[in-house]
Amino acid sequence: MLPMRFKKPYRKLMLVAMVAGLLSAGCGQQYVMLNPAGPVGQKELHLMILASVAMAIVIAVVFVLFFYAIIRFRDKPGNTAPYRPDWHSHKWLEILWWVLPAVLLTVIAIPTVKTTYALDRLPKSKQKPVVIDVTSLTWKWLFQYPGQQVATVNYAVIPTGVPVLFELTADSPMNAFWVPQLGGMEYTMPNRVLPLWLEASKSGIYAGRSGQYSGTGFEKMTFNIKAVSPQAFQTWAHETHSTARPMSMYDYNQLLKFNTVGTATYSNYPLDTFPTIASGFTLNGTGMYMTMRNKNSITYMPMSAKP
Amino acid sequence: MSFSHLAHTLFPPSVRLPDILLIDVGLVLAGLGILGLLTKTRRWGWLWREWLTTVDHKKIAVMYMIAALVMLLRGGIDAEMLRAQLAAPGAHFMPASQYDEVFTTHGTIMIFFMAMPFIFALFNAVVPLMIGARDVAFPRLNAMSYWLFAAGAILFNLSFIIGGSPNAGWTGYPPYSELLFNPGPGENYYFLSLLIAGMGTTMTGINFLVTIVRMRAPGMTLMRMPLFIWSAMVTSALVLFAFPPLTVALAMSLFDRVFGSSFFTLAHGGMPMMYVNLFWLFGHPEVYILVIPLFGVFSEVVATFSKKQLFGYPIMVVSILAIMFLSYGTWVHHFFTMGAGPGVNVFFGLSTMLIAIPTGVKIFNWIFTMWGGRVQYTVAMLYQLAFIPTFVIGGATGVLLAVVPADYQFHNSYFLIAHFHNVIIGGTLFGLLSALYYWWPKMFGMKLNEQQGKWAFWLFFIGFWVTFTPQYLLGLKGMTRRIYTYPSGLGWHNLNVISTVGALIMGAGFVVLVFNLVWSYVYGERDLTGDPWDGRTLEWSLPSPVPEYNFARIPVVHSRDAWWDMKQKGQSLAALRPEDVHDIEMPKNSPIPFLLGVAFFVVGFGMTFKWWPIVIVGGLGIVLCLLFTGFDYDDHHHLQADTVRQSEASLGRLQG
Repeated sequence: MLPMRFKKPYRKLMLVAMVAGLLSAGCGQQYVMLNPAGPVGQKELHLMILASVAMAIVIAVVFVLFFYAIIRFRDKPGNTAPYRPDWHSHKWLEILWWVLPAVLLTVIAIPTVKTTYALDRLPKSKQKPVVIDVTSLTWKWLFQYPGQQVATVNYAVIPTGVPVLFELTADSPMNAFWVPQLGGMEYTMPNRVLPLWLEASKSGIYAGRSGQYSGTGFEKMTFNIKAVSPQAFQTWAHETHSTARPMSMYDYNQLLKFNTVGTATYSNYPLDTFPTIASGFTLNGTGMYMTMRNKNSITYMPMSAKP
Repeated sequence: MSFSHLAHTLFPPSVRLPDILLIDVGLVLAGLGILGLLTKTRRWGWLWREWLTTVDHKKIAVMYMIAALVMLLRGGIDAEMLRAQLAAPGAHFMPASQYDEVFTTHGTIMIFFMAMPFIFALFNAVVPLMIGARDVAFPRLNAMSYWLFAAGAILFNLSFIIGGSPNAGWTGYPPYSELLFNPGPGENYYFLSLLIAGMGTTMTGINFLVTIVRMRAPGMTLMRMPLFIWSAMVTSALVLFAFPPLTVALAMSLFDRVFGSSFFTLAHGGMPMMYVNLFWLFGHPEVYILVIPLFGVFSEVVATFSKKQLFGYPIMVVSILAIMFLSYGTWVHHFFTMGAGPGVNVFFGLSTMLIAIPTGVKIFNWIFTMWGGRVQYTVAMLYQLAFIPTFVIGGATGVLLAVVPADYQFHNSYFLIAHFHNVIIGGTLFGLLSALYYWWPKMFGMKLNEQQGKWAFWLFFIGFWVTFTPQYLLGLKGMTRRIYTYPSGLGWHNLNVISTVGALIMGAGFVVLVFNLVWSYVYGERDLTGDPWDGRTLEWSLPSPVPEYNFARIPVVHSRDAWWDMKQKGQSLAALRPEDVHDIEMPKNSPIPFLLGVAFFVVGFGMTFKWWPIVIVGGLGIVLCLLFTGFDYDDHHHLQADTVRQSEASLGRLQG
């Protein structure tokens, strides 16, 4: 996180520098990275803006010197600029251009470190996160809700204002789970479970897609995340659990085929379709863990302990 | 194996597309035409003696350069096809499977079979001349490097007409590249051709490292070496330590596919992320292998065409060495999204930012080299002038990608695509073209037409920005790389159209470039002085093109910019006294490198299809070649002093 006093000025600068024209042209909403709908995307956007401003300073300095040099010292008759063919060093100038980039990069580096650690922890003093187990298949997405006992294909429903813990794995080649308006991506890998927390601040439909090529149907691996109020989410989960038909092992095996499918909704699902034992990294930065899943609970164990 | 089965293995449906069949016909006709022409003009002996068996670094440079330009054509056509497919939403310019093959071959060819050989062409053409040597340290090994590269390149390019191209991206990540998802021979082609070419590359690294350390002219201390030599030395060191992880990763993947091991497979506890780590442990130094030589080129070009000494030489050396060491410690930034935890990600994010500092320092030094000079806008210099702003912007977006949380968004989006084309085209390609115009007179003895060169330059430069500016914006709009097509309504269409127009402008630039090369070869102004640019380094002290033995007498170096210094003092290497010329020991031509390349090609082709008898035949060929060359002591000959004197006299460089 950045100190508050830094936020406002560079947000304004950003507006001026990068997106003002685009927003006024009326297509600003399509710049999904610049229109985050949750705290994770917001933090990532802040860093993009900070880094862009710092880099804009470097670019401006270089451009001014560069264009001055190539115009002033152009080889043409009658050029009165001083010609010093043996001038090859200047101690203070050289120190200056080691220091200038170093300072600007330090300005970027400190919030980078802070935010990287911050994004690796579920926010404290909030509600208990909703856990969604995500499996990338060839070429579709399966979402399983261990807490709500429902499963969906190629779409997911989440409550607003509550952190959502996506646990990512793959029963396919590697893919990347990405919902740009909520925040950045994370790989889905076979035999691994990686955690990613995202949160929607306002209700809406947020488009997601795979960010990692996995074959000829990969560009069709899109899905929508529907963010609704926590009450509506509870209602949806409850209704789905009681009305939709359960997912059978046959249904799951159908999903393993190499094809694309539409959306689907299930109540229960076979538990062993998500890795019951897999390794990954914890969300709190304490290193590798193993997940152990029972009927309604998940336990995380450090890698050193035996399951 | 029945005939129909064989036919299906060699020509599966993926290589029976109409455009590929058309190319098949064209290749057969062109091949027959070349064979006929060689026979009719009785050039077979000439081809064998002068080119196929040569160990002369200058001729090897020419072969590398021709190969690189042909591969630039191939990779460029791939790029145009990709842009055509993406120009409209929901387009079906080609099938999805072919699109996957084309982006794979585009990346692989541009990196391994265009940029690398082009860089080695420059090393071969210039390094021995710049350090005052008569050849590289191991001339026959040098030829072997070339023929291994050629074997790899031909094997790779064969894939799209026989058996099917690889389709797992230029990085070939498992498990998608494993047998389960990729049963055809395509990925075998990829792994084998890169393994074979990679061996050649490693040997080139060793060769130039030894050449530069051991064979500099007397007086050329390390701190008197031209910056291009420093960059060649650092690049060679990078090659030496970066290619082993690649070789390991490729070989293990090949084992998974051919011998059924499970290093990186989905099943049996394979670990795909290990491949990704090994690949980028090579891959990140590789991007510096691709750009550091051009930093060297720019350092020579900017000094020559500013008529001024390079600014901050010691700082330039320090920064290039800093980049060399730091480049080994940044590879994880290619996959921050692997979930390796914040500690790892922060380490590699900061190391990536750190490497921006020495790179930025070099930019300032180039600008201040022009400061107080006289900047001449030749084509070589125009590429340098285009490089500075382009590379600064590419470097700035690179710093954005190093900001770990921001990279979670940028990763694999078109923002990333725009960034790396920004630095690879803005740095590597502009540098290669700058070098092409700068050293062409030395290599071929005539200048390239400047007017046509400027046309090509502006088309490349404008085309580049028209192509890649929209791609930055597409990234911000959430477009990910390697997608075959996209629906309308996401706001991606117009930007993609602009990008495709840009690609066509760059294509026009390539056409003008080729026209420029051919026109200048026939009508170009001959370089009679050997020093057309009023150069600063030793290669310009020699006639163009350079005689076989390079230096009739090895020069003695007294300062940096040795040739400039000699000219200032009124000295010249052209004024040679007959008694200064002695017998010269030269390496002898050998057919072994060429035959070794053929043998490796046979092994590669056989293993691609798992035809073991062919592999064994090729393997025996390799063993025989190595045995012969190992016991062949008759590997050099002496040029008589009289021959050298005659040659120098005919060039007007002998006194009396």
